[in-house]
Amino acid sequence: MFLLEVKNIYKSYADHAALTDVSLQIPNQSIFGLLGPNGAGKTTLIRIITSILQADSGSVWLNGEQLNRNHIQVIGYLPEERGLYKKMRVGEQLLYLARLKGLEKSLAIERIGDWLKKLDMTEWAGKNIEDLSKGMQQKIQFIATVLHEPRLIILDEPFSGFDPINVNIIKDEILELKEKGATIIFSTHRMESVESLCDHIALINKSEKILDGPKKEIKQRYRTNKFEVDHVGPIATLNGEYQIVDNQTIGNNIFNTVIRIPHDHNPNLLLKELITQTEIHRFSEVVPSMNEIFISKVREQS
Amino acid sequence: MNKIFLVVKREYLTRVRKRSFIVMTLLTPILFASLVGALLWIATTDQGEQKIITVIDDSGLFKNKFQSTEDLHFLYLEQNIESAKEDFNQLGQDALLYIPKIDVQNPQGIQLYSESNPHFGVINKIENTLEKEIERMKMKQLGVDQETLQRIETKVSINTLSLTSSGEKKSNAEATFGTAYVSSLLIYFFLFLYGVQVMKGVIEEKYNRIVEVIISSIRPFQLMMGKILGIAAVGLTQFLVWVILSFLVTSAGVSLMGLKQDPAELIGDSAGIEAQPVDMSTNSQGIWELMETIPFTYVMATFIIYFLGGYFLYASLFAVVGSAVDSDADSQQFMFPITIPLIISIVALGFVLNDPDGQIAFWMSMIPLTSPVIMLGRIPFGVPFWQLGLSVTLLIGGFIFTTWIAGRIYRVGILTHGSKVNYKTLTKWFFQNY
Repeated sequence: MFLLEVKNIYKSYADHAALTDVSLQIPNQSIFGLLGPNGAGKTTLIRIITSILQADSGSVWLNGEQLNRNHIQVIGYLPEERGLYKKMRVGEQLLYLARLKGLEKSLAIERIGDWLKKLDMTEWAGKNIEDLSKGMQQKIQFIATVLHEPRLIILDEPFSGFDPINVNIIKDEILELKEKGATIIFSTHRMESVESLCDHIALINKSEKILDGPKKEIKQRYRTNKFEVDHVGPIATLNGEYQIVDNQTIGNNIFNTVIRIPHDHNPNLLLKELITQTEIHRFSEVVPSMNEIFISKVREQS
Repeated sequence: MNKIFLVVKREYLTRVRKRSFIVMTLLTPILFASLVGALLWIATTDQGEQKIITVIDDSGLFKNKFQSTEDLHFLYLEQNIESAKEDFNQLGQDALLYIPKIDVQNPQGIQLYSESNPHFGVINKIENTLEKEIERMKMKQLGVDQETLQRIETKVSINTLSLTSSGEKKSNAEATFGTAYVSSLLIYFFLFLYGVQVMKGVIEEKYNRIVEVIISSIRPFQLMMGKILGIAAVGLTQFLVWVILSFLVTSAGVSLMGLKQDPAELIGDSAGIEAQPVDMSTNSQGIWELMETIPFTYVMATFIIYFLGGYFLYASLFAVVGSAVDSDADSQQFMFPITIPLIISIVALGFVLNDPDGQIAFWMSMIPLTSPVIMLGRIPFGVPFWQLGLSVTLLIGGFIFTTWIAGRIYRVGILTHGSKVNYKTLTKWFFQNY
């Protein structure tokens, strides 16, 4: 079951195309990475999903229904450029934003209390936003995004500007929200920052989707058949099917070697051969990063 | 609708709770009242120091005819005019009146020397005295005796009355003019003040980037209208508090002052007209009666209508400016064309008040951009009902139109950062599908 389906979206601004025939399917209760360089069209796509913009053509379906104003309450959106009313108190601001999402006052107050407590910010409720540190403001912004318990949470460049401690806090909260049933879309140009969290991924470049699918599948598709070995004592000779791509000395008689095996070849065979020649400390597959996949995909196209 | 109300409530409460708002709202009427009070006080107490005027009467016809009053002291000198002129600066006198030997039938060559330009009231008084005295002499020559002369002397003061369908009403030209002027200025001030507040609010949201969070919950138009309505409520609150406070403070002040001296008398005094005996009937005409000559409820009701109409018209234009720029500093170039009609209104107000039923007044009170200021200037003088109705209809049409335009530009503008915006861009935004 897909929570969100985007079908053949086109959107252009006066001077350029922002989205060209983009379709996506985002499974329920998953973490979806919408990846691509700056200016690829990610934010435009998100603004269409959040009803801020209208697509020139194509449609968006949420939970089997075509997107409409009622879906606003189901979506939580943390834009790339964040901000809050500086001269408004934390509690009031959260209440205001929650009520704009259609939350009942008493329920909103209750949840604000819970969230502030959870993120250790209860004593700040009466302070103005401008009196808070940047990190605290970001926590408040995150709370505002999820207060109405949206089924779909969209986080645009979620970790930019967060300090490492807050990044971990927020990551934990996001995983918890997913456990509770939420679906999360991460949009970022820093692909490495969310790679580990995502179940599904779509790559967007120059207004077009160039790749999408479950992360494991994509990685599988783009596997390099390379293995990295840390070993004591040099490797003398290898079977002609194996190719040594790289070899470095990393310590006293300790080496790091990258070996490519033929397609559809079982790595166990390589391991077997290596064991006879050297003492193995580490043996792992070289998995391409999303960044590398993106670059090779873009090269492939051009 | 419910969500617009949330925005209205936020806009209203955050502004009304501000210390600066409370101080402004409470202090302004007190300041205003104390200003009025100070003016009244200055008018009732001694009007500055007594002016000394030396008189050299070579004709000998006006001996002791100039009566010294509280503010003018006449000093007769038996001196040559030339030497008197030489002594002028040392004697600490304010003016030197020289009456040469004159022919009563054709009095000429009377001069008043003074360091600065003499007050028009002083000249008036001297001329009056001279004329009266010469007239008397002429009368005597014609054989009219003193007694007949006194019987001829007449004092007339005109009571102005306005004749309307509802009957005669006491009118007072000064009060009408004053009300017109003050309400026009006030609406100009209000339109500006609150229009700019809308603009600043929009810039704040755009600059803080909170706007994107909000318009993922409500439509941009709802946000814009919520802001405009919220600030309108702030303006009305301020206006009503001012009216109530001014009323309380002035009535307290007037009842204190009223016991001391009557304002009608003050008007006579300050105009420099010879003090006239005040009879009991004019004495009872206090400020209250003066105020009753102006239909205040009517003026206030129209003020509120034109404030709201004009405000909606201008506020949406100011909202466009706010949405188009990235910071306060960039707003100047776009504010200019918006403020022009307002400034023209204020400049034209002088003409309009002098001729409230003229062509300029009529047309400017129909055009929605100028009608709020101009129509309020006309209202105390009386405006035909059809004109008022037409003007209000046009104003409502005008603000619906500007709000519609504003909404279309606003929704694009608030999400556009860092690009150079000109009028062409604004037009493009207007036609853009969003």
